[in-house]
Amino acid sequence: MQELSLNILDIAENSVKAGAALVTVGVCYRPAQDRLTVTIADDGCGMDAETLQKVTDPFYTTRTTRRVGMGLPLWKMAAEMTGGSMTVQSTPGAGTVVTAVFGMGHIDRLPLGDLPQTLVTLIGGSPEMDFRLEFDYDGRQFAVDTREVRQVLGEDIPLSEPEVLGFIAGQAAEGIAECCPRPELL
Amino acid sequence: MKSLEELAALREQMKNKVAMRQDNSAATRVVVGMATCGIAAGARPVLSAFVEEVNRRSLQDVVVTQAGCIGMCKLEPIVEVFQPGKEKVTYVKMTPEKVARIVTEHLVNGSPVTEYTVGAYME
Repeated sequence: MQELSLNILDIAENSVKAGAALVTVGVCYRPAQDRLTVTIADDGCGMDAETLQKVTDPFYTTRTTRRVGMGLPLWKMAAEMTGGSMTVQSTPGAGTVVTAVFGMGHIDRLPLGDLPQTLVTLIGGSPEMDFRLEFDYDGRQFAVDTREVRQVLGEDIPLSEPEVLGFIAGQAAEGIAECCPRPELL
Repeated sequence: MKSLEELAALREQMKNKVAMRQDNSAATRVVVGMATCGIAAGARPVLSAFVEEVNRRSLQDVVVTQAGCIGMCKLEPIVEVFQPGKEKVTYVKMTPEKVARIVTEHLVNGSPVTEYTVGAYME
């Protein structure tokens, strides 16, 4: 993976497959503490304790098309390479929360990359689900929430329409730029 | 930041267009593999390029969707094209640069771009 937003897309796709109704992605930068925290939370089917123990094993997967499951192991490695950590909390029937903490200024920390594109890729692939992006740079915050967008659009216009996705991507990009005017820090 | 008022205005513009698009049971389906292997190999920009190109050409009978792992990780990004009454075509090692040609030659004119397919790669 060349950017964190690709990992975020990959991890959030697990939430989609877990039958979640709402997936919340939180990205929180704290420069003073040299910390970046990324949280991906869903209200999907969750995992039992036995599965939870195996999720960071690259040779464990619930897929049948191949025998390796690289998503969470790569995410864990990306965090640990920066002196950070990754944890997964899950409750069967209630959902899963994946939290990764990065050393924000560490030389091996991947750049955030195109987070708006990740968001619209998720929405375009599962327009019946809801997604919320919460972005925070040093206390300056914004959020994009498809439930608000859906309320304005009504039921006759799906979220997957390119114009709608373009609007959401623009909203997210502007929000990120307003919170952190220096994209090279992200 | 973009306001929800702008979205409300967009909604009015889109009403007729969406009504036209909803009757597309005979649509061509473009499926992009978006598992870890696909994403790491560059599937996200490929998907975006298909969505943009299909929208730019206003193709009403083409649906761009996502799938999980298609099963040939080393050939990712993989894109499958399903057209009613025709054999599935599998494109491998896709890049955003290849997308415009596939849309023009395959989706619009009906001739698969053979040199980008899995068959050509395996030869």
